[in-house]
Amino acid sequence: MAAPRHRRRGFSRRVQFGLFAGYVIATVGLIVALALLLVARFDPRAFSTVRGIAIDGGSLFTGVGRTAIRSLHDAGDEIDAYVDAGGQNRALKRELAAERRAVIAAKAILLENARLKRLALLTEHLPSPILSARLIGSTPSGQRRFATLAAGRREGVRPGMAVRAPEGLVGRIFETGIFASRVLLLTDGETAVPVRMTRSNIAALATGQGDGTMEIRSLIAGGRPFRRGDLAVTSGTGGVYAPNVPVAVVVEVRSDRAIARPLADPARADFAVVYPIFQAPVVEPPAQPKP
Amino acid sequence: MMSAREHDYVAKPPLRTIAVPIGSILLGSAMGLLPVIATEPILPPLGLMMLLAWRLLRQEMWAAWAALPLGLADDLISGHYLGTSMILWTVALLVLDWVDHHLVWRDWWMEWLIAAIGIVAIDIGAWAASQPTDSSTPIKTLIPQLIGAILLFPAILRLTATLDRWRLRR
Repeated sequence: MAAPRHRRRGFSRRVQFGLFAGYVIATVGLIVALALLLVARFDPRAFSTVRGIAIDGGSLFTGVGRTAIRSLHDAGDEIDAYVDAGGQNRALKRELAAERRAVIAAKAILLENARLKRLALLTEHLPSPILSARLIGSTPSGQRRFATLAAGRREGVRPGMAVRAPEGLVGRIFETGIFASRVLLLTDGETAVPVRMTRSNIAALATGQGDGTMEIRSLIAGGRPFRRGDLAVTSGTGGVYAPNVPVAVVVEVRSDRAIARPLADPARADFAVVYPIFQAPVVEPPAQPKP
Repeated sequence: MMSAREHDYVAKPPLRTIAVPIGSILLGSAMGLLPVIATEPILPPLGLMMLLAWRLLRQEMWAAWAALPLGLADDLISGHYLGTSMILWTVALLVLDWVDHHLVWRDWWMEWLIAAIGIVAIDIGAWAASQPTDSSTPIKTLIPQLIGAILLFPAILRLTATLDRWRLRR
């Protein structure tokens, strides 16, 4: 079928002018939008008030349905637990016995560690959590990986703070509203976490890939430093994240880099705990002016 | 009697005729607020799909600048940098104006093809615009979302047509 021609100009001055004005407005709007994009590129925290209001409004919308979704998740897990329950029971008992021995060994090491730290006069100021809040939503259709946390500026949450779940690191606060905030998940492309591999003690950098995985690159070039199943924990370098928080486990090795899956699944985490910035970056004093 | 109502209608179109298209596009954008936590983009860009469907169905209704406020709302909801969807959606409407001018024969497959090209181009554009400077998100993470969006588009078009009939009912 031939489409009707609605944009035909005809002889009416009014229609012609209206069409022209529409295109002028569109062009001006495009230029403004381009300027907004450029501002955002150089200052990602720009327009934080407007964006904060949007986060707050969205969280009202999201928070309501979250309980239903979680109970659906739980129902799936319940059904799943019945499948092969007997074999699983035996395997878990074996595992539990092994874990008990490991825990006793770990307790001994913990005591020894504390003693050695006292001997070495090593002081650590590990941050204590500010609060725990629910993760209520995310941006499932956008190209960035954000989750929404049900706590904001009113509760003392500020951009840059670390967020973790019991299983491991979740991400860091990206921007805040008054009573909700956005968490930059580990899998977002902007995330870079300095990590340490627990097996080999190699320092590495884990970056998000946007598809549910992270890429781990060793800070020292050469060799094949990673193995499947290696655990990466934060090293505390850079001062954003406190040391020894579990981050990800290696699932695939590609020569000198590795693909890892984050340990904490934000979709399942009931609560996330917000930690203050581990050690704020030292502000360099301005140099003395040369005479 | 009938003519009186007709006249009344011409004088003041009910709010519904405007509110339904805009509301449905905003609702499509707001689907990004669904309480699921995704570690990869899984949900198709429903706001964009609604806009394309309305634009293909009722081309006389949309001036290109209408995409600016709608895009701004989408940016705010999805957490993209402000301006991303504003630019991409407006450019899409301008291009569609041009397409309308040059493409005479249209059918259902053609509309689907136009929408598919539009969705793919805009999603890639949004991907490119939302990458921070030192990011390493590969473009292949878009593929599942794009396939879902293209396959879902006829259903969205059908939904829009239903909404359109309801909108204009008297």
